[in-house]
Amino acid sequence: MSEILSAFSIAFDLIVSLDRELIEIIRRTFLVSLSAVAIATLIGLPAGAVLAVVRFPGRRALVILINALMGLPPVVVGLVIYLVLSRSGPLGFMGLMFSPTAMIVAQCVLIVPIVTALSHQVLRELYEEYREQLCSFGATLPQMILTILWDGRRNLVTSVMAGFGRAVAEVGAVLIVGGNIAGVTRVMTTTIALETSKGDLALALALGMILVVTAIALNASAFLVGDAAPARQGG
Amino acid sequence: MYFARRALLAVLAVLFLTLPATAQDKFITVASTTSTEQSGLFKHLLPAFTRASAIEVRVVAVGTGQAIKLGEKGDADVLLVHHKPSEEKFIAEGWGVKRLEVMYNDFVVVGPDSDPAKIKGITDVSAAFRKIAETKSTWASRGDASGTDLAEKEIWQALGIAVSKSGPEWYRELGQGMGPTLNTSAQLPAYTLSDRGTWISFKNRGPLQIVVEGDQKLFNQYGVMLVNPAKHPHVKVELGQQFIDWIVADAGQKTIADYKIEGQQLFFPNARKQGS
Repeated sequence: MSEILSAFSIAFDLIVSLDRELIEIIRRTFLVSLSAVAIATLIGLPAGAVLAVVRFPGRRALVILINALMGLPPVVVGLVIYLVLSRSGPLGFMGLMFSPTAMIVAQCVLIVPIVTALSHQVLRELYEEYREQLCSFGATLPQMILTILWDGRRNLVTSVMAGFGRAVAEVGAVLIVGGNIAGVTRVMTTTIALETSKGDLALALALGMILVVTAIALNASAFLVGDAAPARQGG
Repeated sequence: MYFARRALLAVLAVLFLTLPATAQDKFITVASTTSTEQSGLFKHLLPAFTRASAIEVRVVAVGTGQAIKLGEKGDADVLLVHHKPSEEKFIAEGWGVKRLEVMYNDFVVVGPDSDPAKIKGITDVSAAFRKIAETKSTWASRGDASGTDLAEKEIWQALGIAVSKSGPEWYRELGQGMGPTLNTSAQLPAYTLSDRGTWISFKNRGPLQIVVEGDQKLFNQYGVMLVNPAKHPHVKVELGQQFIDWIVADAGQKTIADYKIEGQQLFFPNARKQGS
């Protein structure tokens, strides 16, 4: 109980004193996770739209597969990425092991299925609604995809933020491929794990609180941007 | 809309463009153990080396077993670990160039203050282990092939007491680092073996206290090795060797000796007599 109380005061002190190390870690955390989300968005949204619009053999199986991959265990992803990026692995020559880039790759693998599956869900319903109209205009496939992506953008924010949530909260994979190196690959979750290991539960909890608050702030600003966008056709 | 979007873009731009320029150009990767990291030694030791050499040291802190694996795979330049038989095997198989001794501390047996096995104050660790087994008192084992885990298993083995993850019932294998094992031991409560460094710096002790210490068998030697460039040509031989030379020389040895928590020295430099 005393830990929970002192966690609040430690969190407060850390924020008020603008602890340099902490700010570095927070920035690195968001740098890594936002990069992963940006890449996953560039892959996941178009992929989700294609799955929603284009009919091709094996489409259902692919949707089921991607849905299943949303539950990929991070440790397994971390281990596989490690074996691939290790100096003894197929991409070892790139020297990416224990770098922020390796962490971005791991997070990407984890969240591309999430962004794809959730945006497919959103866009499929939108496409049902739009299909006749789009066909009567004689829209081409790329036009259809662009239209539903644009009109679905407000709901797609949720898909992207779900991916971000998974990325920023993840610890198993980034611990393996990042190595939790102080000043290089140490992010919020790995710091929290480390402080828990040291038995400094109050500091660990304080860092946890700060992580949650910053994630809420980022989500809030994403939705504010989404809401500020002019709604078109009730989209 | 434009304002909100631009504001968000501006925040992102600041985030990305102000990438830390503080990182040194020259760096080495050192695979080491959780005990050296979690006891705070590296935070004390490495800045001194970086000041002297302008080489940044990136530490990946894992168990000794995993650290040696990282060395074999070529994902580290230098290893600083603590299990002599594993280290000698690493050298013998050609993965490392040479093993130098750096420092030592010792292991301690910690347990709940209720001391169900009545071993407090015993100086013979084997006798203490036997009593724990006889009284079937709960024991928490690291179970992660770390140096501490291997040292513990060797004591059980010498006694002829068969322990493994499948039992006996009082023997709990956690598969965790030292800190998490101490966290769990405080809750069970259980006896466990810890290196003194992690124990002194550990903050969540609960009912745990040292029950056995000082036995010769609890001696814990740390060694340093350069990963063999013949096996992994990308190993930073020159920078890694500079680190090794520094840590076994007076400057490094003194910095190790200077590290204290609450007046207690955690690691004792002993790089003087150099073995193989």
